Amino acid sequence: MIHFKNISKSFGKNLVLQNVDLQINTPGIFALLGPNGSGKTTLIKTFMGMVCANSGEILFNQQVVSGNEYRKKISYLPQIARFPENLTPLEFFDFIEKLRGPAPRKEELIHWFNIEAFLHKTLRNLSGGTRQKINLVSCLMYNNPVLILDEPSTGLDPVAMLKLKKWILAESQQGKQIILCSHLMDFVQELADEVIFMLDGEVHYRGNQHQLLAQTNTQTLEEAIANLLSEPKAQLVC
Amino acid sequence: MGAMGRTMIRYLVIIIIVVGGSVTANARELVVGLSSAVTSLSSALKMAKPYDTLCVNAGTYHPDSTLIITKPLYIFGNGNAQIEAAQNQGIFEIRSDSVTIAGFTLQNVPKNYLKDLAAIWVDYSQHFYIGNNTINNCFFGIFITKSKNGIVENNTVKGQAIHEHSSANAIHLWYCQKMVVKNNWVRHHRDGIYLEFVDSSNIENNISEQNLRYGLHFMFSNYDAYQQNTFSNNGAGVAVMFSKFIQMHRNNFNANWGDAAYGLLLKEIYDGEITGNTFQKNTVGIFAEGANRIHLRQNDFIANGWALKIRGSAMNNEFCYNNFIGNSFDLATDARTDYNSYHHNYWEEYSGYDLNKDGLGDVPHRPVKLFAYLVSKLDESILLMRSSFIELLNFAEKVAPSVTPTSLMDKTPLMKMYRPA
Amino acid sequence: MLKVFKYSFLDLMRNRWTIAYALFFALCSAGLLYLSGDGNKVIVSAMNIVLLLVPLVSVIYGQMYLYQVREYVELLLAQPISRKAIFMGYYLGISTALSLSLLVGFMLPALLLQPSYLLNTNWLLLIVIAVVLTFIFTGLACWLVLKYDNRLKGFGAGLFIWLLLAVLYDGAILVILLLLEDYPLEKLALVLSMLNPIDMGRMLLIFQLDYSALMGYTGAVFSHFFGTRLGGFILTFGFGVWLSFPIVLLLSKARKKDF
Repeated sequence: MIHFKNISKSFGKNLVLQNVDLQINTPGIFALLGPNGSGKTTLIKTFMGMVCANSGEILFNQQVVSGNEYRKKISYLPQIARFPENLTPLEFFDFIEKLRGPAPRKEELIHWFNIEAFLHKTLRNLSGGTRQKINLVSCLMYNNPVLILDEPSTGLDPVAMLKLKKWILAESQQGKQIILCSHLMDFVQELADEVIFMLDGEVHYRGNQHQLLAQTNTQTLEEAIANLLSEPKAQLVC
Repeated sequence: MGAMGRTMIRYLVIIIIVVGGSVTANARELVVGLSSAVTSLSSALKMAKPYDTLCVNAGTYHPDSTLIITKPLYIFGNGNAQIEAAQNQGIFEIRSDSVTIAGFTLQNVPKNYLKDLAAIWVDYSQHFYIGNNTINNCFFGIFITKSKNGIVENNTVKGQAIHEHSSANAIHLWYCQKMVVKNNWVRHHRDGIYLEFVDSSNIENNISEQNLRYGLHFMFSNYDAYQQNTFSNNGAGVAVMFSKFIQMHRNNFNANWGDAAYGLLLKEIYDGEITGNTFQKNTVGIFAEGANRIHLRQNDFIANGWALKIRGSAMNNEFCYNNFIGNSFDLATDARTDYNSYHHNYWEEYSGYDLNKDGLGDVPHRPVKLFAYLVSKLDESILLMRSSFIELLNFAEKVAPSVTPTSLMDKTPLMKMYRPA
Repeated sequence: MLKVFKYSFLDLMRNRWTIAYALFFALCSAGLLYLSGDGNKVIVSAMNIVLLLVPLVSVIYGQMYLYQVREYVELLLAQPISRKAIFMGYYLGISTALSLSLLVGFMLPALLLQPSYLLNTNWLLLIVIAVVLTFIFTGLACWLVLKYDNRLKGFGAGLFIWLLLAVLYDGAILVILLLLEDYPLEKLALVLSMLNPIDMGRMLLIFQLDYSALMGYTGAVFSHFFGTRLGGFILTFGFGVWLSFPIVLLLSKARKKDF
């Protein structure tokens, strides 16, 4: 129940979003795809209130987004895992919990991603993959109806990757809305129900993954995207 | 008014009686008292013959007019003899040689803009003695004109001066010679001790404080010595002007604060010696203008705003073996070239070293800071005191002097505080 | 806001630089207390250190910490708390941590070496001024971090502001006073120095210490001014403005900024 209404945003002269109009009404996994600089992250950030749009408005559950309370229902995973470096993961989770309230699934996720051994080391000394796992735990430990995951698979080993996929699918099955930004096409292909393809600050294509594959007559999402990039826009929008 | 004072009076009385007795064989003693045969001071003065002794018993006396003494007399207050001034009158007026007035409490001589009313006025007299009196709330305390060889000692003079123009001095000497002013305590007057045209006199061991203007003020007075006096909390400190051959030793100049307040103001002073004095917490320790050939030695300058302010007109003075400790500015001058000599002083701010261990710094000390110069040019810049920028400027100036006189330096600064052996 | 404050504060208190900062002031004040007996001298020397270093460290350290926070700020912004709460929380966290270091650095040596200083009004006033300056310059640091994404520019601007207020400003006042020498300048001089928090702190202390030099005519005028209720009010007001000014800048920048 997210509705972007004619969102435009520019950074200086650089027009990043142009009249983006997008509705996500049904549960499911939505892959937000597009080349670098196409506006995916900016679009998400306007929704999270991190970027102020120049024009347009965003509705969440039929209400114009304002204030901070609506974020209680959203779990957001930032693209790059950055933490207060002097804290240990446990203190960091504690930090998040203090800000947002007790997290019901913390222990479960710590176990799920198998990071018990790192809980008492300072974040500064942890490897990229471990940091991403901690990032994931801090995001997923809340049982929220909306999940926004920006590049969740960065730096993960195959085992963790598998676990992440399982978790996302399980969440989806509970009827949640999951928005997924990723460059790993096979990862997206396995999960996504719908594909939203952005190009130059506009929604270039939106549709069911199977339809897209069928329409472009391709086997993989990667090929489909490559195909999309070479096709004129008008033909593709359903 | 200790036992010593009293003994001295006794000796004096004996001497005077012996000397006087040889002149007039039959000196009498008259007792004046409220319950005695003679009740009034003025009639006693009339009855008395020269060299008689008037013994005034305890009590409060209200003479109708000023008590004028025209013959040599010894007048003593016996116990608490208190004399109140008559309306618009002074109390004693001495117009004869060899008069002694001692042991009285003299009170409430009113202010007068036309006449110099005083508790004791001495005029054209010699060999007088004024001692052990307490003078309260009088316009002038002790006022001495055209006199010689007198002694003023152990008196306490306390005024209630509020405005300079409507108040007068505690001890005032004019055209006098060979006077001794000693052990007096004067306060709350316009000037504590005032001397004009007074030569060859000795001002010693007095305390002069909380006076509106100067603790000690003298002009045109030569060959005088000022020793062991304390001048503190006076409106403008001590002013010494137009005088020659002055000796000032071991005095204390304390806490003379305010605009144009000086521990010691030297103006047109020649050939004096200023030794062993202490200048503490004054706005300006010594301000010298037109002071020449003065030797300033072994003085302590402690926690003053400016320890020394020297005008270009002050020349050929010697500053040596002085201690400069904790002053905001040790030395300020408006001169580009300074003609005084500074050597063997202790400057607390000196940052040099002494490699050969002879007790003298190996690098000359420049006591004039750039900021001191700036403040002397521009009062308001005092607001920038202790600012980092100013410290930077001072440092730069110290390294490469451009504004302060290059020749002004102490080439032999002491490494340790000077203490006389 | 309290939550963010609490976390940043604890985080900073464990930081070795915060501890080094406290240690530095402890050594300074211990040295001063030990070497010179005279009360005013200790305070003046400590004041020179405070007026120069506290703003510098507040700006640089505040910026260093916030540029680091700036990296994970997205994580905070995604939480259901306001931007205001986040940045005010950090601002207060840094200021309080630095202030606490100052407090320890000044109080501990005094307690051990000369306990009478714990009740010395001038010593306490110096600490209060140091704390106020910490808050002001940390506020400026927070604002600069939001204003400049480029760290080099941010640190450059921070250093410049410090240099301007701590050193150059007084030079400018001096030049202005010298240029306008022929006019009555007391009020102008006073107003100009009141525009700079470092100068305000310095004057407040200097006029508390009994500097005889300040009792010359102009000095007396100034001294009188600082003694009156009006002077006290204006000083409080000046510090108030300086305390709130960076916060206003910070909050308005935080409200509009894209992360």
